[in-house]
Amino acid sequence: MQMNRRTILKLSAATAALGAAGLPALGEGIDELVIAYNVNLPSWDPTVGASAVNPTIQGIYQSVFDQFILQQPDLKPAPGLITEWGWNEDRTRVFLKVREGVKWHDGSPFTAEDVAWSLARAADEKTGNPIQFIWSTLGNFQVEGNTVTADVLRFEPTIFKWMYFLTGYVLPRAYYEKVGPEGFEAAPVGTGPYMVDKFERNAFVRLKANPDYWGGKPEFGTVTIKFVPDAAARVAEVESGNSHVTLEMPYEEYDRLKAAGLSGVAHPISDIGMIFLNDVDPMLDPNVRKAAVAAIDKQAIINRLLSGYGVAIDTLETPEYDAYDPSIRTPYDEAKARELLAASGYGPDNPVRFKIQTTKGFKPKDYEMIQAIVGLWRKVGIEAEIEVYEIAKHYELRAADTLAPAAFYNWGNSVGDPTTSTGFAMFGPSPHSVWDSEDLVNMIAPLWGEPDEAKRIAGWKAVDAYIAENAYVIPLLQYVQPILSAPGVVVTPHASGALLPHLMKRA
Amino acid sequence: MRLLRAILLRLATSAVTLAGVAVIVFVVIRVVPGDPVSMMLPPGATDDDIARLRAFYGLDRSIPAQFLIWAGGVLQGDFGTSITNRQPVLDLVLGRLPATLELSVLALGLAVLMGGVAALTGTRLRGTRTEAAIDVANGMALSVPDFLWGLVLVLLFGVIFPVFNISGRVTPSLDLPFTTNFYLLESILRLRPDLVADLLSHMILPALALAIPLAAIIGQLLKQSLKETMHLDYVTLARTRGYGENHVILREALPNAILPTLTLVGVQFTFLIGGTVIIERLFSYEGLGNLAIDAVINRDLPLIQGIVILFAVIFTAVNLIVDLACVALNPRLRHG
Repeated sequence: MQMNRRTILKLSAATAALGAAGLPALGEGIDELVIAYNVNLPSWDPTVGASAVNPTIQGIYQSVFDQFILQQPDLKPAPGLITEWGWNEDRTRVFLKVREGVKWHDGSPFTAEDVAWSLARAADEKTGNPIQFIWSTLGNFQVEGNTVTADVLRFEPTIFKWMYFLTGYVLPRAYYEKVGPEGFEAAPVGTGPYMVDKFERNAFVRLKANPDYWGGKPEFGTVTIKFVPDAAARVAEVESGNSHVTLEMPYEEYDRLKAAGLSGVAHPISDIGMIFLNDVDPMLDPNVRKAAVAAIDKQAIINRLLSGYGVAIDTLETPEYDAYDPSIRTPYDEAKARELLAASGYGPDNPVRFKIQTTKGFKPKDYEMIQAIVGLWRKVGIEAEIEVYEIAKHYELRAADTLAPAAFYNWGNSVGDPTTSTGFAMFGPSPHSVWDSEDLVNMIAPLWGEPDEAKRIAGWKAVDAYIAENAYVIPLLQYVQPILSAPGVVVTPHASGALLPHLMKRA
Repeated sequence: MRLLRAILLRLATSAVTLAGVAVIVFVVIRVVPGDPVSMMLPPGATDDDIARLRAFYGLDRSIPAQFLIWAGGVLQGDFGTSITNRQPVLDLVLGRLPATLELSVLALGLAVLMGGVAALTGTRLRGTRTEAAIDVANGMALSVPDFLWGLVLVLLFGVIFPVFNISGRVTPSLDLPFTTNFYLLESILRLRPDLVADLLSHMILPALALAIPLAAIIGQLLKQSLKETMHLDYVTLARTRGYGENHVILREALPNAILPTLTLVGVQFTFLIGGTVIIERLFSYEGLGNLAIDAVINRDLPLIQGIVILFAVIFTAVNLIVDLACVALNPRLRHG
């Protein structure tokens, strides 16, 4: 028997039940909410550097800073610091109406100047914003009263969605210019529901409720977010009562602790698991691709490996995404897979062979899922050799277009737009796509600048149907995020995967 | 004079070692797969966007050119800026070092205490069931790696009997009056028993996890050395002069038997600091090890370089100190 941390924790299940006697107090008894968070917060500037594009950190950023536009738990936009937004008729200018009466954490008034400056700063390549290529589609910002206008330098249909996505945060112009980047790192100021009280790098951040928050004062006056990257340690934190809320633990642990009396919510989030197919041999044979798709029983994998926590998907769109089309189906069909392979001269005795790359431990049961898929493939006549690599190597190989014929990856798209899922993943000229065939490029290209929203979404649905029909990629599942909390603390999950303290209430 | 020459020679070789480490780490982390820019850019980025960001972080130059720029900065005390933390590397590394040093020293102290007591007890009660029990316990302690001890301790003293803290270095709600990052040392000097207790409550489990395997090694080696020394003529002479067994072990045998253990402790201390990487992660302890893991995950090249160089400095410094201590304690070495 292989002993690892998870095994040890499983073995301890019986004895740990004793700990149930010491479960955390009910919500009304909690003065200071303690959250065991799964990542460290390296930097406080949410618009620059690697942490700015780390989806998991966004929950901390959104506690302190507001985005231009508010994103609701179901991923839909709502008025936030920007209350109204849109294009002019010929889509050459945008307008943003700014909320009045909002204060920064230092007490100074929030103004439309802050919005214009934040957008201009994000578009300036000297600041190092990783999403500068999107922000630079706007320019020539002008402020009139509480309205900001800007020229559309290059039409980007998703520009307003980016205003509640990565790096879409409003920062305080006067304060930032006064203290500089170092001063801002030391004492960040936002307009968000919580203010930074104390920050110990690699250890914790202590937040105080913003009494003037435009969305209403949060329920918990003080929130401490401890950075606990190790899953076993997070489980111990919440089990021992040292923390009231935690997230992202093995599903077996989630079930065990829920049974022991903790509250839990497991909600589908915008992350998906998928297998990229590369347009190299043997994937150039459509029968091989289609058989590879048909031979995978996604629901069985979810049930057996993920304790049922996952949603099988047939396209790169989840039900929350704008271009989700439930009529596109790629059902499990072992007989069809055998038939397709036989048509190309392959079978269990004469299998088609290729390599599949995967991470191990980067996402829940990633390696085990690929092992199960390889087992299912073997039954129909596909012999895949597994190569484990680090996620960093995946990025490098993908950028160089040298991934193996099949490669497991997870894709996050918390704005739910088809461009940021199917678009970026499948458009050949993008350095991040893997399948680069001309037919697909020609189908996707006109959609990038399509100004008619209904036509644009319909176009992406057609692309998804075409991809499914030709098996250019293997969508697997939508991930479910497990969150555990002390009895009496009610957590509202956010489909983006961000864990937001201001959405937590006492029961 | 001979001693001075030996020290100067060791310092010179240490400088060469550090330069070698710097070159190796600089080249290796740039050759292995994983580019910080490709980790940072979202999928919509074009080749031009990638090139722009590579230039922003100075990664568009050749490796020798990057090395010369970095080495020039290091010689002036500038180790660069962390890509993920956006802070000077030297500030980050020196800011975390005290936490790791305090944890390592506490772990070493516990290991010496536990190993020493086990060795002396085993020697004093040699041939009895107690010695056999100590040997069995030593074997168990050695065969289980430190991170597994960490999990066992978390389960025992964090969950089942929650008497110690299992994450962090200090309770977030406490007001800390510290002016340095040596929290434990400073709270002792400031005569703040409340802070000392809180810090120890956070440090005791990770320190124990690090200490247990080392204590077993110390216990075994010291007991073996004592056993050999106890058969030497001068020890027999001490017995014939009427000294009790405790006096013979502690005053006659131990001073001679301790030298190989001292050397081992020095060498193991460097490994102990290395071991903090996993243990700090497990206990979410805000030390250098935790910082190192994040740096590697995020391919934060300047930070990885800074941490490795600092580890190398610590390793060479500890080895130098151990060598000097051995010279100071051994008359034969001291007088050539």
